[in-house]
Amino acid sequence: MDYTLRELMTICAAREIKNGDIVFCGTGISMLAAMAAKNINAPDSVIFFETGAIDSKLEDIPLAVADPRIMYHTSANGGLMEAFCTMQNPMSGARIVGILGAAQIDIYGNLNSTVIGEYTVPTVRFSGSGGACDVASFVSRSIIFMKMEKRKFKKKLDYLTSPGFLDGPEGREKAGLPPGGPDKVITDMGVMGFDPDTKQMFLTGCFPGITPDQILDNMEFEIRTDRAVEISLPTETELTLLREKCDPHGLIL
Amino acid sequence: MKPEDSKVMRLQDAVEKYVTDGCHLTIGGFTLNRNPMAAVYEIIRQKTKDLHVYAHSNGQGVDELIGGGCVSHLEIAYGGTGKFMPTCIRFKNAVQENTITVEDYSNFQMTLRFLAGAMGIAFLPTRSSLGTDIINKWGFPKEFRKQHDRIPNQKLVVMDNPFDGWCDTKKVVLVPAITPDVTIIHVQMADFRGNCRIEGLTFADVEQAKAAKTLIITCEELLDDDYLKTDPDRNQIPFIHADAVVKVPFGAYPTACFKYYDYDAAYMNAYARAAKDDDAYQQYLAAYIFDCPTHTHLLDKVGRGRVESILADRNRGYAKNLDRK
Repeated sequence: MDYTLRELMTICAAREIKNGDIVFCGTGISMLAAMAAKNINAPDSVIFFETGAIDSKLEDIPLAVADPRIMYHTSANGGLMEAFCTMQNPMSGARIVGILGAAQIDIYGNLNSTVIGEYTVPTVRFSGSGGACDVASFVSRSIIFMKMEKRKFKKKLDYLTSPGFLDGPEGREKAGLPPGGPDKVITDMGVMGFDPDTKQMFLTGCFPGITPDQILDNMEFEIRTDRAVEISLPTETELTLLREKCDPHGLIL
Repeated sequence: MKPEDSKVMRLQDAVEKYVTDGCHLTIGGFTLNRNPMAAVYEIIRQKTKDLHVYAHSNGQGVDELIGGGCVSHLEIAYGGTGKFMPTCIRFKNAVQENTITVEDYSNFQMTLRFLAGAMGIAFLPTRSSLGTDIINKWGFPKEFRKQHDRIPNQKLVVMDNPFDGWCDTKKVVLVPAITPDVTIIHVQMADFRGNCRIEGLTFADVEQAKAAKTLIITCEELLDDDYLKTDPDRNQIPFIHADAVVKVPFGAYPTACFKYYDYDAAYMNAYARAAKDDDAYQQYLAAYIFDCPTHTHLLDKVGRGRVESILADRNRGYAKNLDRK
């Protein structure tokens, strides 16, 4: 069955979500990945939004985290304060998986979604943190969507919006952050993880037809590729459920 | 209710009286939902200048205030409306062209800052953003802060946990309170004195409302004296915080209002197209804001058919079959 890269990326992220996880999602493909997990492999995962909705039914795909579609048939409708408390609550917080995107990422999984260039006189301005910095600061693990490009996989970020492992294994602790940090980076060429000792990014898998060298050619920094395996193709079931149940009108895909 | 207790005003009068040049303003809602758009358009129409705006993620409303030339300073967490504008376009242009000064926070930090304002406390602690440039990089330099007594002397302050590691916490970052001159929110129901009922998510409206020196409420339905008080568990803001109440049906349009109407995807797509081009944007401002003396005129220009197409299915709270491409 044919598939697009976007579909493959969404399914790769969905496969990382397990029953019992509480999934924090942002806008776009991140929201679709959470819906895909719920419909395909983790029906007992819980979707929640920084705006305050928990366990939304999501009969229709939302186009923003304040879309009225997330307010229908929830366990509770609150506000930002409730959502960010859920994230930090020592009992519920440990179950939360954040799904994020960014304009730039470095080897320790730190993210920039604020500016390119100098902060006060930027050449390009992006949306800014929103809740991303909060999620990256608080939750036990996060999944990051990135497009493979040299200008996005940077030796040094133009602005550090959301913390990964900061400057290495002790980075978060020294800064005063709770443990946690990025778990996977899902790109349009393959998937990366983070070494438990060095906290540096490494390649865990390539998409069919992609070599580790092709991935390295699209990065400004070097990562280890010796543990990379080929990622399994999306199954017919995965693709059908994604297309028909999650995004039948192709609003995100 | 005694007639003198009524805070009901015309929108033009409320904006003229309270939203003055240079004032510190915040608006309710989030990205494409329940932004007080009728009030935003009235502020633009009145050519209010030099506003200092506080926002967590007020996509559409903040972008239009910037595009309308009303904003000089902005403290913000997120400038975007989701699919329609992943980054708000007039915001992006204004920052890149240096026509506004911006300072970045996170959504939780902005929420805490409003809560601190509402509590009357100088600051609140969090661990969010430790180790990041949100702490290191300031939009307003020290000198500027010294000259402006409405802005705290520092952006954010990192501090050791004075309770010696209590709750596994070594450090916190202190976020300063915000006390806006004016908060404007749009709610589903309000009464003559300003009691409010919000349906769906409240975002940070309640904190924003209670932090402000002046609160302007626009509402879909303006109700009699005791209607909201017969079911008080569903109300969020008591009248003691309110200064002006204005009935504006479709007052959040083109953003959504849960259980009343959806966002208008066609309007928001057309807005994003116009925002990319200065000439097209001037035409947009002329046609939809300056040529429309009131919000009703804007709705008439859009066409009642289109407005009816976004009416919410009362059970789901949004327009189930809306074309959102």
